[in-house]
Amino acid sequence: MSHPAAPAAPAAPAARHSDQPRGLASWLTTTDHKRIGLLYFWTALSFFLVGGLEALLIRLQLAQPDGRIVSAETYNQLFTMHGTTMVFLALMPLSASFFNYIVPLQIGARDVAFPRLNAFSYWVFLLGGVFLNASWFVGPLFHAGRLNVAPDGGWFGYVNLTERQFSPGPNIDFWVLGLQILGISSLAAGFNFIVTILNMRAPGLKMMRLPVFSWMTLVTQFLVITAFPVITVALVFLLFDRFFGTHFYLPEAGASPVLWQHLFWLFGHPEVYILILPAMGIVSEVLPTFTRKPLFGYTVVVYSGVLIGFMGWGVWSHHMFSVGLGPIADSVFSATTMLIAVPTGVKIFNWIATLWGGDIRGTTALHFAVGFIAMFIIGGLSGVSHASPPADLQQTDTYYVVAHIHYVLFGGTIFGLFAGMYYWWPKMTGRLLNEPLGKLHFWLTFIGMNLAFFPMHFIGLLGMPRRIYTYSADLGVAGLNLASTIGALLIGVSVLVFLWNILRTRRHGAIAPNDPWGGATLEWSIPSPPPVYNFSVIPTVVGRLTRWKTEFHEPMRDPPAVPPAPIHVPGGSWWPIVAALGLPVLALAPLAHALWLALLGAAIVLFGVYRWAFEPFEV
Amino acid sequence: MPPRQGLRLISITLALSACGGPFPQSTLHPRSDFAVGIDRLFTGIFWWALAVFLLVETVLLITIIRFRHREGTPAPRATHGHTVMEIAWTLAPAVILVFVAVPTVRTIFATAGEAPADALQVDVIGHQWWWEYKYPELGIVTANEMHVPVGKPVRVSITSADVIHAFWAPALGGKRDAIPGQINRIAFRADSVGDYSGQCAEFCGASHANMRLRVLVDSGPAFRAWVERERGGPAPQAAGSLAEQGRQLFARSACIACHTVAGVSRGAIGPSLTHVGGRTTIAAGLFPNDSSHLARWIANAPALKPGSLMTRMAPPLTDADVATLVAYVQSLK
Repeated sequence: MSHPAAPAAPAAPAARHSDQPRGLASWLTTTDHKRIGLLYFWTALSFFLVGGLEALLIRLQLAQPDGRIVSAETYNQLFTMHGTTMVFLALMPLSASFFNYIVPLQIGARDVAFPRLNAFSYWVFLLGGVFLNASWFVGPLFHAGRLNVAPDGGWFGYVNLTERQFSPGPNIDFWVLGLQILGISSLAAGFNFIVTILNMRAPGLKMMRLPVFSWMTLVTQFLVITAFPVITVALVFLLFDRFFGTHFYLPEAGASPVLWQHLFWLFGHPEVYILILPAMGIVSEVLPTFTRKPLFGYTVVVYSGVLIGFMGWGVWSHHMFSVGLGPIADSVFSATTMLIAVPTGVKIFNWIATLWGGDIRGTTALHFAVGFIAMFIIGGLSGVSHASPPADLQQTDTYYVVAHIHYVLFGGTIFGLFAGMYYWWPKMTGRLLNEPLGKLHFWLTFIGMNLAFFPMHFIGLLGMPRRIYTYSADLGVAGLNLASTIGALLIGVSVLVFLWNILRTRRHGAIAPNDPWGGATLEWSIPSPPPVYNFSVIPTVVGRLTRWKTEFHEPMRDPPAVPPAPIHVPGGSWWPIVAALGLPVLALAPLAHALWLALLGAAIVLFGVYRWAFEPFEV
Repeated sequence: MPPRQGLRLISITLALSACGGPFPQSTLHPRSDFAVGIDRLFTGIFWWALAVFLLVETVLLITIIRFRHREGTPAPRATHGHTVMEIAWTLAPAVILVFVAVPTVRTIFATAGEAPADALQVDVIGHQWWWEYKYPELGIVTANEMHVPVGKPVRVSITSADVIHAFWAPALGGKRDAIPGQINRIAFRADSVGDYSGQCAEFCGASHANMRLRVLVDSGPAFRAWVERERGGPAPQAAGSLAEQGRQLFARSACIACHTVAGVSRGAIGPSLTHVGGRTTIAAGLFPNDSSHLARWIANAPALKPGSLMTRMAPPLTDADVATLVAYVQSLK
């Protein structure tokens, strides 16, 4: 196998943005998947900082016993919003930023299948996130103090605590309505990317030649379109219980509050894979590039990803082993949960085999990808211990589980996303991130996260439950908690280093050539950042590693720098953002108890969709 | 466990288990058959996990060191996969998981809450944010501090009066959710006398953190003595004493709407106070049961336990009122 000996000379930067429309309106109306990807990135990064700030406040409160930094009520809002923000407003949309930017490039398309729907997804996500976080500030409108009406029922929102009787304020209403808005965004994007990946692949790009990141995107989107309807239904029930006096979850009316848990986790467990599969896809792209070796066991990695997607539907009750479902149900869900460890382990082994015998170039992206493997092993192994229901009876709802989820979602998902940022940043911005700063970022993150989350295993085993705003010095876990807080602060510092890096390199970063890393996939065959039309000529793919010479084929020829014929690029549209604006108005109606707001919101949505549907094709 | 062995174990652990110890809520110091079963299972899983962890991380570390980029490295050989290896590393974890799954299923059924017919029955009812314990066979109702005899089987039936809680005393076994409209069971036989702390493990609102509990495992005679005390009414207050003034104040104020004191009131919203003076802690295991904490608690409970349903009296109690109530409550033994 051989590779381009040296990265191709950088494209003339002067030509770069000449074809791009400018100005605020061009961003509000954009339907370009690349711009939407960037919008997703900056928005999700902002929410990531908010969620991180919430985490730091939580850790400061727990740094010592009987902490007094925040009140019980504020603490409960903080951990609820930390979880909700990180899952729905940071990790999912950060993945979405790569789906948007990279997938069309990896499959050789000019855009996604439904560009205006794509813009709609983004605006709905932004507005849903703003709606949820507005709850921090609007207390006075509800005759409550500031910092009093943010959601406070946990990101899992267990009924009947979240029913009106026990949560009379608007807190839970913000949560229910905010999640409903976000669900619309996820569903629209899910259908969009499934159609895009299935139908818009370049000639020669058979499914089993699809880059693993695009494959994992496809699996993720199938999980999204099947899992989100479940949470939507669960939330509608809760909404009706809270506003219209129905009894879907009320034990005093004969219903079982456990129904919510089944519905929530039937969504919630696939959601875990929605969060992790894209990161696994990123790792599967980064390793081959920086080892200069094909992914070991491509087929097995793809099929185990698909298998994880299917099996992810059969394990939800492992979140409920303490509920008392009976020994038969516990045994079955224990067995399915242990089984899902098998395809996950297979992926780990294939990644290590990819590294084995490679020419490993220790870029920051590779550091994060290897860090992902190392940390995900720990998260996976602690996961096996609570796949065993009796052991889980001691571990569930303790810091042991907090350790587990952070090894999976921080050591896993966030490491994977950082690997993706360092890897694709030059493609997305035209500038390389600074590598020494990147290494500093990696090591601070790596040390910080282990210091923050490893002690939590012991904190949990020594009997500290999660979601408590205070604990007694008698528990004997004060020192471990302090260590964890120091680790969290270190993560905070590492994020500042990352921010410094991305801001600094906007002006001072090295100009990225088409292919700074010697990548094998299509996104590296075009300029960085790509022109608005992406490919001057739609390429014909010759293999999985289409830009590398393999024993089966010569490298594909990259598209010419200048399109041989003019390429029509549709202009933007105002209607996606208009239609999206109707949704928060609709959501305000129950909060304000104002029917006219509901009618207004519905009218805005209908108007936007109507004009959208009849927008002239050529604009 | 054969009784003789059990007794020996009891005597040894009696010596070892000072009340509480450095980690009073540790899951790693099991003190009942239920907790020991879980601990054995977890220990087995732990060693498997540690072995896999060391093996895989070591291989990963060796790989990234051995194959790091060096100048002049020839292009690596393209390996696309290896069917035998793929099958091997699919089967290996599956086989290890069999060694985890078999004892898991065995322990699931062994700890499913079945207790012998002569087991002591305790009903646990979770409330925001305290625990109610009923001993239906003994006619006892108490709160937050559960007493059980050492070496005797205990069957605990768990439910909730409001939202979902989880009853958890780690030394005695795993947690079970307290769900309104549903009864969950655990069963255990404590193997050593001691004072074991626990707390609610399912997020249940503002003061979830303040919903703690204790299980006091008594020797046979001590348990019988406790039962005798609990079944009788509270000792009468001496006429003219501070406690007697407190009783009168208690009986004519809002206290009686929520609290039961046998012979005085029948409130059912808050914990029974009939023998509250005999408990070691107050406010669901939050504070020691002494005059100063009782005074602060009676004067302004929500300041100590956010969201507490025991609101401040309006108009507020005077310090003198509080002192009489403290004396009265302390006399309820």
